[in-house]
Amino acid sequence: MNPILTAAALMLSVTPVLSQTWEETLDEARGQTVFFHAWGGDQRTNDFIASVGDEVLERHGVTLQHVRIADTADAVARVLAERAAGREKTGGSVDLIWLNGPNFLAMKDQGLLHGPFVANLPNAQWLDLSEGSANTVDFTVPVEGLESPWRLAKFVFNYDSARIAAPPADMAGWLDWAAAHPGRITHPDPANFMGATFLKQALIELAPDDTDLSVPPTDDSFAKATVPLWHWYDALRPNLWRDGRSFPENESIQQQLLNDGEIDMTMSFDPASAAAAIADGLLPETVRVHVPQAGSIGNVSFVAIPVNAAHKAGAKVVADALLAPATQARMQNIEVLGSFSVLDPAKLDATGQAAFAALPTAPALPALSDLGAVLAEPHPDWMTRLTAAWQDRYTR
Amino acid sequence: MARPLYAVISLRGISGAAIAIAVILPVMIGVVHSALAGFGHMALLGARGPDLDAWRTLLGQPGLWRAVAVSLWTGVAATMISMGLAFGAVAALQDRVSWLRRVLAPLLAAPHAALAIGLAFVIAPSGWIARGLAVGLGWDRPPELATVGDPWGLALILGLVLKEVPFLIVILLGASTQIAMREQMAAGRALGYGRAAVWLWVLVPQLWPLIRLPVMAVLAFSMSVVDTALILGPSNPPTLSVMVARLFADPDLRAMLPASSGALLQLGLTAMAMGLLWAGASVAGIFARAAMRRGVRLRGLDAWLAVPALLLAGLLFLVVLSLAVLALWSVTFTWRWPDPWPQRLSMAAWQGRAGWLSAAQTAFFIALASSGIALILAIGWLEGGDRAGRHGLRGWMRAAVALPLLLPQLSVLIGLSGLLLRLEMAPMIAVVWGHVLFVFPYVMIALAGPWAALDPRMQRTAAALGAGPWRRLLRVKLPVLLAPLMLAAALGFAVSIAQYLPTMFLGGGRVATLTTEAVALSSGSDRRVAAVHATLQAGLPWLVYLAALILPAVIHRNRRALKGEAS
Repeated sequence: MNPILTAAALMLSVTPVLSQTWEETLDEARGQTVFFHAWGGDQRTNDFIASVGDEVLERHGVTLQHVRIADTADAVARVLAERAAGREKTGGSVDLIWLNGPNFLAMKDQGLLHGPFVANLPNAQWLDLSEGSANTVDFTVPVEGLESPWRLAKFVFNYDSARIAAPPADMAGWLDWAAAHPGRITHPDPANFMGATFLKQALIELAPDDTDLSVPPTDDSFAKATVPLWHWYDALRPNLWRDGRSFPENESIQQQLLNDGEIDMTMSFDPASAAAAIADGLLPETVRVHVPQAGSIGNVSFVAIPVNAAHKAGAKVVADALLAPATQARMQNIEVLGSFSVLDPAKLDATGQAAFAALPTAPALPALSDLGAVLAEPHPDWMTRLTAAWQDRYTR
Repeated sequence: MARPLYAVISLRGISGAAIAIAVILPVMIGVVHSALAGFGHMALLGARGPDLDAWRTLLGQPGLWRAVAVSLWTGVAATMISMGLAFGAVAALQDRVSWLRRVLAPLLAAPHAALAIGLAFVIAPSGWIARGLAVGLGWDRPPELATVGDPWGLALILGLVLKEVPFLIVILLGASTQIAMREQMAAGRALGYGRAAVWLWVLVPQLWPLIRLPVMAVLAFSMSVVDTALILGPSNPPTLSVMVARLFADPDLRAMLPASSGALLQLGLTAMAMGLLWAGASVAGIFARAAMRRGVRLRGLDAWLAVPALLLAGLLFLVVLSLAVLALWSVTFTWRWPDPWPQRLSMAAWQGRAGWLSAAQTAFFIALASSGIALILAIGWLEGGDRAGRHGLRGWMRAAVALPLLLPQLSVLIGLSGLLLRLEMAPMIAVVWGHVLFVFPYVMIALAGPWAALDPRMQRTAAALGAGPWRRLLRVKLPVLLAPLMLAAALGFAVSIAQYLPTMFLGGGRVATLTTEAVALSSGSDRRVAAVHATLQAGLPWLVYLAALILPAVIHRNRRALKGEAS
């Protein structure tokens, strides 16, 4: 990207554009009902969002309504549709969306996002918003203050150590591993985010060395970069669950299959998910977390406010509440949600650091140091193309 | 007091107009909108057709033809099997009709989605049946068999059959009272024909025209269902209906155009399947008549009548297992392979903030509102008909109530939600209205029979005593009809509770009912919370049915003829 543009974008992201003070935002927000469109497939996340709702209601008189969607694209479609129907600046039914990656790019490209607003949030002071930090780039796309981080995601494999050995250190080793355990390994359908991430993780490891995944692929560069991937996948697929002919719809179903003993491995974007699921009775106690030697894909989950949101002030109050150190520590608590915080430990004050230090541990919960390097997300177009190419090749 | 002619006609006119505007017209407009958008015309998107781009996009979807084939196959197979089993079971059990009716009635109230969620766990490779066998057979791991979501859609067919067989049996029992079954059976037996032969040569041909409409409705439903297909059907590719519903949910609004083409394809496919079924019935009729003319008595076939009866028993057993396992999972903490019973029970899923209370309240309100509106519309039309001297369900209304049942919901709703994008309609209102479209036909059909059967002498007596039409309606007809009114309302309630697509498409994800939550949670990792929603989804209509049976019996406890079916 053009350095001048980048600088301009950064300026935008740190300079409060709207003159409204936080007090005025709080006044306006009081009494509003915020429709928060967020994936609803995980009960612990739902419960956590509900607890944040209790907080903002008590402290700021904002009612948080969690609209549980199966796919973030549904909420994006809704905003698009409503804007097309004439609700351009306000009156929209979506006030806040949990999103990242392709959905963020789609909304940003089409001017569907309100902001920048992140720098105006009081709790943004605890965030590392320096250039290039994980909070300022979403799948290589500059955030520019249009979405506010709330939880850290890192791709990991959860396997049942009572039934199967840990996955190999690199993706190339998967072929022998899968052949040794035919029908016991699978990945979610690549139409789903997690399935696509599995393909991306493999692509990052297997693509020829001269591939630049941070720029949008062309037909040529995509074809060239994915030759080893498809070669590898063709060899892997026959040993997958159901002969690689059908796939769990998402990682939740895959986790259910692991709990049912139908497969021996699942994957997650949340390193604490295994420990959380064990505590909740949703996985056997013997499940452990594995990260490939070369590291794994990581990104930050964000919340964004559509340009036509009816309750923007309330949405900002919720985005801010998600960043409060006490709330982030509660989120990271394995007994609550167990999702890693986006706050910068170095920036926290003593109270904030104490809240994190007091968190309990669990056998299946990896330490931050076990998680290995964070591999950058490829440009979102890679994911779109990978999904389409996979469907073309393997959907008959 | 005599009323002027215009007042007598107007109730029929007003209710007819209300039904036409609120129910029939939107259904047709929905299809027309799908047709326009499917051929590239949707002003909202700036698309000005006609062109074939949308069709090209649709046809370019990976696995489209397989999806079409799977939809056709699962829909036709489920309908044929259900019909065959229903005929066979009624033929085998025709002497135990009241017992049959009593057993099936509570099962009818269970929504498809709840049943599908339960069935999925019962028959899964790691499901209840497999867990029951595992210890005995020494299965260390669940068998590698795709028993749910199999590419042939067999699990989907089973799930549909489970629900449609009881429905068709109840329809058949109703239809069989309209023909002289006992006499014809006696005559046939006297001539040396087996029971099966009397059914095949004499009774089935008479019953077929009477049940053709419900069978076609079953066919349309089975081919276009989305919730059951999501839970039990194949995934890669899914059925056409699921594929089209996914297109509809695409973030790119322009995907509405190929989704609309898909809605048309679904419509065409359904029409084709109906044609096939109709033609198949005619051809079967030709062969049957030929066999009959040769006097084939088929006495050996009678022994085989035990087969459909046994299959029915098997199906009912599966239904009971499916519903029982929902209740069991809802109070489970951990339950792992290969244990046939949960390791730990817990009420946590009921106590936690699973959101079931608000989903239940929403579902209850929508069901109450939509069945109430449907009931008022139906009463208005039937009473208006009485006053105009044109009793019962006839004329255009006969066709009109069939329309929402015969058209695939998907084809109607994609167009309607495209239209709703322009209207500033509160999602709750849109959803209630969407439910009325599909609840009204059931309520109307359920009420029309008892209404027409009302003894006219009561009206004449009341009129002779000086009661005007409104007084006769409120003081005589409605109290006398309390039992069927309650049953029709309970049926409408159950239909509404089960609706998935109208809530999803017209509510835009902002209205969460037990059904949408149960379906969404069924693709989550926590079967316990999904089971809570599904249990409520199955339990709520059942409780309302119970109330509909008990209330008239209590209110009319000293009126022997008015107690309804619970007497």
